[in-house]
Amino acid sequence: MNIRVILGLVQRYSLLFVRNPVRGFELVFWPAMELLVWGFLTMFIQKQTTGDFALFIRFLIGATIFWDVLFRAQMGVAISFLEDMWTRNLLNLFAAPIRLREYLAATACMGLLRVTVVVVVMSLLALGLYAFNLFDLEWSLVPFFALLMVFGFSLGMISISLILRWGQAAESLAWAVPFMIQPFSAVFYSVDTLPKVMQHVAWCLPSTYVFEGMREIVRTGAMDWNSLWIAAGINIGFLFISGAIFYWMFSNARKLGLLTKIATQ
Amino acid sequence: MAYPILRTRNLSKSFGETLAVDNLSLALRRGEILGLLGANGAGKTTAMQMMLGLIKPTSGSIEIFRLNFEQHRIHILSRINFSSTYANLPNNLTVWQNLRVFSRLYGVKRVREKAEEMMNLFDIEHLRNRISGQLSSGESTRLNLCKAFINDPELLLLDEPTASLDPDIADKVRTLINRLRKERNLSILYTSHNMRDIETICDRIIFLHNGSIIVEGSSDEIKRHFRQKSLEDVFIHIARDGKVVDPLSPEKL
Repeated sequence: MNIRVILGLVQRYSLLFVRNPVRGFELVFWPAMELLVWGFLTMFIQKQTTGDFALFIRFLIGATIFWDVLFRAQMGVAISFLEDMWTRNLLNLFAAPIRLREYLAATACMGLLRVTVVVVVMSLLALGLYAFNLFDLEWSLVPFFALLMVFGFSLGMISISLILRWGQAAESLAWAVPFMIQPFSAVFYSVDTLPKVMQHVAWCLPSTYVFEGMREIVRTGAMDWNSLWIAAGINIGFLFISGAIFYWMFSNARKLGLLTKIATQ
Repeated sequence: MAYPILRTRNLSKSFGETLAVDNLSLALRRGEILGLLGANGAGKTTAMQMMLGLIKPTSGSIEIFRLNFEQHRIHILSRINFSSTYANLPNNLTVWQNLRVFSRLYGVKRVREKAEEMMNLFDIEHLRNRISGQLSSGESTRLNLCKAFINDPELLLLDEPTASLDPDIADKVRTLINRLRKERNLSILYTSHNMRDIETICDRIIFLHNGSIIVEGSSDEIKRHFRQKSLEDVFIHIARDGKVVDPLSPEKL
C-alpha cells in the first residue's frame, strides 16, 4: 500500500467538495430531510395516541442516523468510481501506477469522510429538534458505527462490480444496493416483525445485528456484545466475498474490454 | 544492439468471435517514435490499451524495460505515461488541481515545481485556475500532454493526440513532442489518423489491418512499396482493398 497514492486519490475526490459547495450541501441535505420528516412524523403520532412513545422516538432517530452511516459509506465507494466514469477519467486512473487495494482504500476514506460529516450534522439536528443526544449513549455505539461502515464499504464494492459488468445500465443499481437489504436489516423495527422466511435472510446480514444491538443500547443502556461479535464475524465474511467479487469483476472487465468501454461511454 | 524499450510477442486479443489484435509482434527502440497506423477497428487502440494494462491479452506477451508487464505492472506504469483523445482528466477540477493530483499518483517528488514546469512547457500557465471542462480542444490536449509528461516518462503512448485540433495547434503539438523526444531520448508509440502527423513525426510506421501487421517501415519505404504518392493514398489503398503486395519483413528494418 502506497499512502502517497491513497492521499492523491482522496485529494482528487475531496477537491470536488471544496470546489463546489453545492456538493457539500447535497451531502447533508438528504439525511437532514430524512431526519426532519421521520422525527416530526413520530412526534405527530405521539400527540395523536396515548402511551409511552419516548423510546420509540429514540429508536427511530437512532435508526435514521445509523442507516445513513451505512448508506453514506456505500456511497463513498460507489460515487467515487462513478465520478471517474462520468468524467471519463477511468483510463487515466487505471493506466497510472495504482494498485486496486490503494484505489479501494481511497474510496473507503471518502466513505469515512462522508459519514463523519453526515453524523455530525444529523447528531446536532437530532439534539436541537428532538433532544436526542447521540453522545448520551457514550462510546458503546462506536463499534456498531464501525461495523456499519465496513458493511457499507462491502456494499460499495458490490455496486462498483455491477457497474464494471453492466456499465451505465447498472448505475441505478449502485444507488439501489443498500435499499435491497434495508427491509431485511430491520432498520426501523425489530426482526421478529418480519415474516419467518425474511427473518432467516435478516440474520445473515451484519446490519441486522447492528440495528438490534443499537435498540438494545437505547432500551437498556447495556452493550449487546453477542450481537456485536456476530455482526463482526459476518462482516468479515461479507468483506472477503465482496472483495473477491470486485477483483474478479475487474479482472473480467479487463479480459472483456469492459473497462475501456465504460470509460469511454 | 540495444534492447528495445517495448516489445510485444505474438500479442493477440479476441472479443468473442472478433479478433481485434492478431499476433502482433513489434519492438520500439529507445528514442524512437513508432507510428501505429490503420483504419478504424484495425486494432491500434486495443493494442495500446493492452500495453497499458487496461485490456488483458488473450495470448502473447508484453515486455517493457525488459520486464514482463503483467508481473511488474506498477513499476512499469510508474515509468511510462499516456495521453488519449478518448480519456479526459477530471473535467470538474482545475488545470492546477489535475496536475497536482496526477503528480501524486505518479510519485512525483516536487509536486508544485513539476506542475509549474509542465504548465510552462505546454504554455497553459495562464489557464491554471480554469476548470478543465471549460478548456478548448487544443487547451485540453495540452493539459493531457502535461499529465503525460508529469513523471518524466521513458516511454510514452499517444493515442491520436492531435485529433480534433486545428492544423496550427496540431503542428505546435507535433513540434513540441518531437523536441521533447530529442531532448529526453524518449520512446513514443503514436497512433493517429492524421497522415501528416505520422509522416512528420514517426521514424518508423506499422500498418495494421484487421489486427495484424501488414507492412512495417519508414514512410518512404511504405509509399514505395505500395507505389503510392502519399501515406494517405496507402491508407486508402489498404483500407479499401486490404491486399498486401509483398509485405516488408520486420527483420529487414
